[in-house]
Amino acid sequence: MVSATKNSWKATESNNPETRPAKSQSIKMSLTYDHIKSKLTEKFSDQVTNFEELYGMLSFEAPKEMNLKVMQFLFDEPDLNFRFLTDLTSVHYPDNAGRELAVVYHLHNLVDNVRVRFKVFTDINSPDVFTAANLFSAANWMERETYDFYGINFIGHPNLKRILNVDEMDYFPMRKEFPLEDQTRIDKDDDMFGR
Amino acid sequence: MRPVQYNLTGERNIKLLEEGPEGYSGEGFFATTLDKVVGLARKNSIWPLPFATSCCGIEFMATMAANYDMSRFGSERMAFSPRQCDLMMVMGTIAKKMGPIVKQVYLQMAEPRWVLAMGACASSGGIFDTYSVLQGIDQIIPVDVYIPGCPPRPEAVIDGFMRVQDLVGKESLRRRNGERYKELMESYGIQ
Amino acid sequence: MSEHHIKLPEGSIEKQTTTLNLGPTHPATHGVFQNILELDGERIVSAEQTVGYIHRAFEKIAERRPLYQITPLTDRLNYCSAPINNMGWHITCEKLLNVKTPKRVDYLRIIIMELARISDHLICNSIVGVDTGAFTGFVYVMQYRELIYEIYEEICGSRLTTNIGRIGGFERNFTNAAFQKLEKFLNEYPAVLKEFENLFTRNRIFMERTMGVGPISAERAINFGFTGPNLRAAGVDYDVRVHSPYSSYEDMDFEIPVGSTGDCYDRFLVRNQEMYQSISIIRQAYQKVQEFKGAEAEIFHADVPEYYLPEKKDVYTKMEALIWHFKIVMGEIDMPKGEVYNSVEGANGELGFYLISDGGRAPYRLHFRRPCFIYYQAYEEMSRGSMLSDAIILMSSLNLIAGEMDG
Repeated sequence: MVSATKNSWKATESNNPETRPAKSQSIKMSLTYDHIKSKLTEKFSDQVTNFEELYGMLSFEAPKEMNLKVMQFLFDEPDLNFRFLTDLTSVHYPDNAGRELAVVYHLHNLVDNVRVRFKVFTDINSPDVFTAANLFSAANWMERETYDFYGINFIGHPNLKRILNVDEMDYFPMRKEFPLEDQTRIDKDDDMFGR
Repeated sequence: MRPVQYNLTGERNIKLLEEGPEGYSGEGFFATTLDKVVGLARKNSIWPLPFATSCCGIEFMATMAANYDMSRFGSERMAFSPRQCDLMMVMGTIAKKMGPIVKQVYLQMAEPRWVLAMGACASSGGIFDTYSVLQGIDQIIPVDVYIPGCPPRPEAVIDGFMRVQDLVGKESLRRRNGERYKELMESYGIQ
Repeated sequence: MSEHHIKLPEGSIEKQTTTLNLGPTHPATHGVFQNILELDGERIVSAEQTVGYIHRAFEKIAERRPLYQITPLTDRLNYCSAPINNMGWHITCEKLLNVKTPKRVDYLRIIIMELARISDHLICNSIVGVDTGAFTGFVYVMQYRELIYEIYEEICGSRLTTNIGRIGGFERNFTNAAFQKLEKFLNEYPAVLKEFENLFTRNRIFMERTMGVGPISAERAINFGFTGPNLRAAGVDYDVRVHSPYSSYEDMDFEIPVGSTGDCYDRFLVRNQEMYQSISIIRQAYQKVQEFKGAEAEIFHADVPEYYLPEKKDVYTKMEALIWHFKIVMGEIDMPKGEVYNSVEGANGELGFYLISDGGRAPYRLHFRRPCFIYYQAYEEMSRGSMLSDAIILMSSLNLIAGEMDG
């Protein structure tokens, strides 16, 4: 905010960034995956399923109606403290009937340096998932991008419209049934390009 | 440190300096045709409009900077306003969302105008043969010189720029009003 | 032109604010993203961002290509520091394929990544200078970027979109010329950086233009998903190199500069200090590389013939190498199934790669966690209440690279 009474240009040393030595970070590893798992099963009993530890990251899933409840629990609970949404994306599995689209959240606890992956699955015919944009402001555009590519309708999103593709596009390009190339070209010879 | 061979074909009489157009000269005067003089003046003071979108834009910044200085060729002032420039250098991938904007900027330029497509993406879509990338800006605007490369080296950019200078120097004064030019514009839908 | 009637939109006469389009094309070649600002005189009331003007569908292309062909795509994400993207991708693949790289490769990777980080911060800081009106810093500092490009050229052949390295290491050993250029850089650059700093950090005009512009608090920054120098300028010392060390960063001794208010001045200073830290890291890594002698000094890749293309002279003379080459190129290597998320500290923040492999040649799904895309959302909140000229400086000090934003 540019205010009327500015700091004098002869600023003091406090405007220089302080440096913190990297090695002396005491990164607490007190939060283990077993602890997270037990807290989640304690709170949500058997709705949180499919706990896997793939390549060092705990991954679990929940029904799509519970996604906000689980994330809110992970956010608020003082010893879980997952307050950073690293990534929100979606995957299309056309072969799983009834569970074609998966929304994948990567959450990160910055204080204890622990990451988890949380998935919800939804049907391709009614892909409605509650929005996380009220909890994490970072989810705003990430959900718009997921909508743009896969067509997942985030309920409660403030501004759900296409973000990366042209606004007039009427299909969701990252789904597996759609091709990569522009099909309207007439000057490319398919035999030569192996399409 | 790295030996570079400049004179690969072993030519002896390389003309380093432009000696000016042919004409008739005498004591205190020099007569030549108007379009040669106009061409000479135009080609040594081209003001480019850098329409930089992606990686080629950074190579353009390197070309413009002190090491491969492009202002030696007269393009000292990078005019970012289309009304004041001669050459639109389109550098980088043009997506279909960006296409109308390229066309709008092209339309805002005043005649005589030239277009330089720098890089593989601007020339033909480059490595991105996808649904969202325009496969070459010559789908929407007429292009004069294409510089291939991904990204082209600054020396290649300067070479392309010198080709544009050749085009500018040799252009006839009646070209922009002629029939062929009008047909070219019609084929792009530009009035 | 007579058939175009000027139709004013609804309510535009009663409206108190002006709509200004900071359109996709910007002077000083920022990149292509659009801001539609609502201005009350000169103060910004609200801003709406449009991106996607350079959407190239990387994620869809990646579903078609084998792992080693995705490296040129990752180049073009954050093209100012392409080696960091390449190395990040290789490290992700190595995590999936369970490949362990030797120490020398790690230290060489650190040198290249830190050079790329310096290169990116140079562009960002000098463009901030250009936007406040000082063109000299940009031109002066670009010469040293050319030196960094020469170092890349010695190793991989290309300047900007480097496609450097392979899964398991590098494609060739660093030549003596590369090390000589690196030493020249290390000798000359700190003095140049000091001069660049002297131009800006205590310059009254620069300070008044950038102090207090676009501040963001640490809580909001974390909620918005900020990472990298923008988050560190807000006061949070989160750095992927420290928290999840990769490529032997745990052997390096460096500090993390942290700001306080998160405004443009803090970001500028944090980036400058990070460049000094990068130089110190490069010195340490170079010293460690020089300690390898004899046969160890020739190691430049891990011994994984399944994923690392053998040398051409072996392919033409030895049977085994020929078979491995054929298998790798035709895609007959068994890829493990699995999902892996790995991130590296890019110049803008945490660059993450989420790779799902189903055993085939190409990934089933590849998603890039692009830091620019995520923190550009906060632009409206950061610019509300500031003046129009501050909006431009805010855009350039956030280091928005359009290729990374749209991907």
